Amino acid sequence: MRQLARWVGRWEALLVVLLVASVIFGDLTSPHYMTGFNFSTMTSDIMERAIMALPMTLIIIAAEIDLSVASVLGLSSCVLGLAWLHHVPFALCLVLALLTGLVCGWFNGFLVTWLALPSLVVTLGTLALYRGLASVVLGEQSVSSFPTSFTNFGFNTIPGTLIPWPFVVFAVLAVIFIVVLHFSRYGREIYAIGNNKEAALFSAVQVNRIKLVLFIVSGVLSALAGIIFTARFSSSRADNATGFELDVIAAVLLGGVNIFGGRGSLVGVILSLFIIASIRDSLSLIDVADEIQSIVVGSLLILSVLGPNLVRRLRAARTRPLVPRPVARAEPGD
Amino acid sequence: MASRSRSLERPRPVAVGAGRIVSRVSRMRELGLLVALLAIVVVVSIQAPRFLTLGNLREILLSVAILAIVGVGQTLVILTRNVDLSVGSMAGLSAFLGADMFKHHLTTSVPVVLAVGCLIGVALGAFNGLLVTVGQVPSIVATLGTLYAFRGLDYWIAGGGQVSAYDVPASYLNLATAQVLGVPVLVLFALVIVAIFSYLLRFSRTGRQLYAIGSNPEAAQMMGIRSDLLVFGTFVICGLLSGFAGVLWGSRYGSVNASVGTGFELQDIAAVVVGGVNIFGGAGTIVGSVLGAIVLGTIEDALTILKLSAFWLQAIYGAAILAAVTVDALITRRMQRALFARRQR
Repeated sequence: MRQLARWVGRWEALLVVLLVASVIFGDLTSPHYMTGFNFSTMTSDIMERAIMALPMTLIIIAAEIDLSVASVLGLSSCVLGLAWLHHVPFALCLVLALLTGLVCGWFNGFLVTWLALPSLVVTLGTLALYRGLASVVLGEQSVSSFPTSFTNFGFNTIPGTLIPWPFVVFAVLAVIFIVVLHFSRYGREIYAIGNNKEAALFSAVQVNRIKLVLFIVSGVLSALAGIIFTARFSSSRADNATGFELDVIAAVLLGGVNIFGGRGSLVGVILSLFIIASIRDSLSLIDVADEIQSIVVGSLLILSVLGPNLVRRLRAARTRPLVPRPVARAEPGD
Repeated sequence: MASRSRSLERPRPVAVGAGRIVSRVSRMRELGLLVALLAIVVVVSIQAPRFLTLGNLREILLSVAILAIVGVGQTLVILTRNVDLSVGSMAGLSAFLGADMFKHHLTTSVPVVLAVGCLIGVALGAFNGLLVTVGQVPSIVATLGTLYAFRGLDYWIAGGGQVSAYDVPASYLNLATAQVLGVPVLVLFALVIVAIFSYLLRFSRTGRQLYAIGSNPEAAQMMGIRSDLLVFGTFVICGLLSGFAGVLWGSRYGSVNASVGTGFELQDIAAVVVGGVNIFGGAGTIVGSVLGAIVLGTIEDALTILKLSAFWLQAIYGAAILAAVTVDALITRRMQRALFARRQR
């Protein structure tokens, strides 16, 4: 019984309730919501964000942040398009796109680790830099004449089912990330870095190397997301996926990951990804514009931090001791 | 605490002479910016003599003025170790609502619209401030959320509508074009705001307390500084100035839709960071961030004059932010080493 109570008190349990609520909300808003086809497109629609959320979770747990993911997506999509426009063999185009992501991620990681710069500023800078380079690379044109086998990968589902192909990619990656974060030494080390960087350093954790690898992985997976985005919409444009970083970060924080690092789980993040997807989908079904949907996502982002804070405050107020707790106070003559 | 403890890796220089490092770095920064500005001006005006004409300089000043006004608010917020990512959305909302008033009543007087714009900014800024101080939401999360929420609100209210230059009275458009002794009124507004806040930040007790909060939030608390109140205040002022700038934006360009000011936060933070304000608070001046705004505004104008693609603009903003923080880090590291070596002797 006590175990049940503890489970119910967990953030993930709350997310399950929220997910059910959002599905009920969807069903109430539109008769087209509760269909297999809708769930299939809904899933397909968030795959890029879901893939980018995996490394983002690890990065935020390690007390860093990567604001540049959507720009890396855009830049690698443009590189893919440009290479294809210049008759580069398609397989090589894909490799070039992934390499772009690798270089972008490495550059972020290099500035954060080698120069010890704050990732918040670095990736705010590269958010603009990579997006700017994307429009320099492709200008205002868009490339759309991709091979059909490639675009089919974006549009089609596994034959006989409603499972979109990109979901397979995400599922495989999600399993790998869950194993690494929750069942491996590296995962423990990532939590250690986020909890106390100095202590981790003194415990022989290679803090900088792990961070560098995390940023590189984030870059490569953002490029992969760029490839999937290009396939799904059959177009590379400089403004592809602008603003996706909000959804990614909102999903990670709503998933229960602490913005200051050290806490969170991938299960929570995956749950919250589908909550956001479901809400956006049901709003789209009743013709609410993307920008207005962002009110909901932005509010969820704030509430995911504000809610627990207020609960903690209320609890603290209820259990406040009669005598105020001793606070660290400067002694006279100190 | 309304602090961002993500900043734990900020190198804490040895106590002796630490203040001197900060002041020396910032002085070098301002000098460096002036040199960079001079270099840009010389190179561009050789390439295109049109660059140095009075009309073009006025054009630069107009865009710099709007950027600088918002930059003042952002500087105050960043000094306290917070950040406000929602400035562009606040400016956009006040720009649209302000201009929309004319559409309904063409006879609305301009000061009323300015006041309404400021009030909208104050309300939005207060909302941010409450989230950060009472709600204890880290400012980066809170304002990232409101960046999208305020913008969504803007789209919701506008509903795809637009206010064009024909819908607004000439007196509103004059705000940007009217001149006093050859200086555009808009620029005078910016000058007054910069002067007032520069003075307060440097010489008033509250101003110094903002620096104290940013340098060491715990110590500031123990000294009895009412951090939460002051942080709330900086968010309100940032909202106020963003709202004000939004109305000015509308008067400068004439036509306003729901997308006005999108991405403005990036320019704004770039200007402040390039101007030498430490993103972790506690160091920097308003004059510095105004210089940053001037440099960025000049680059933007130079791109158009040299007929370079506007696509480069965003890339340059990004590169400018990176260059500024990198140079800072390298200088600080070198000075620390020198200081350490001196202490060893």
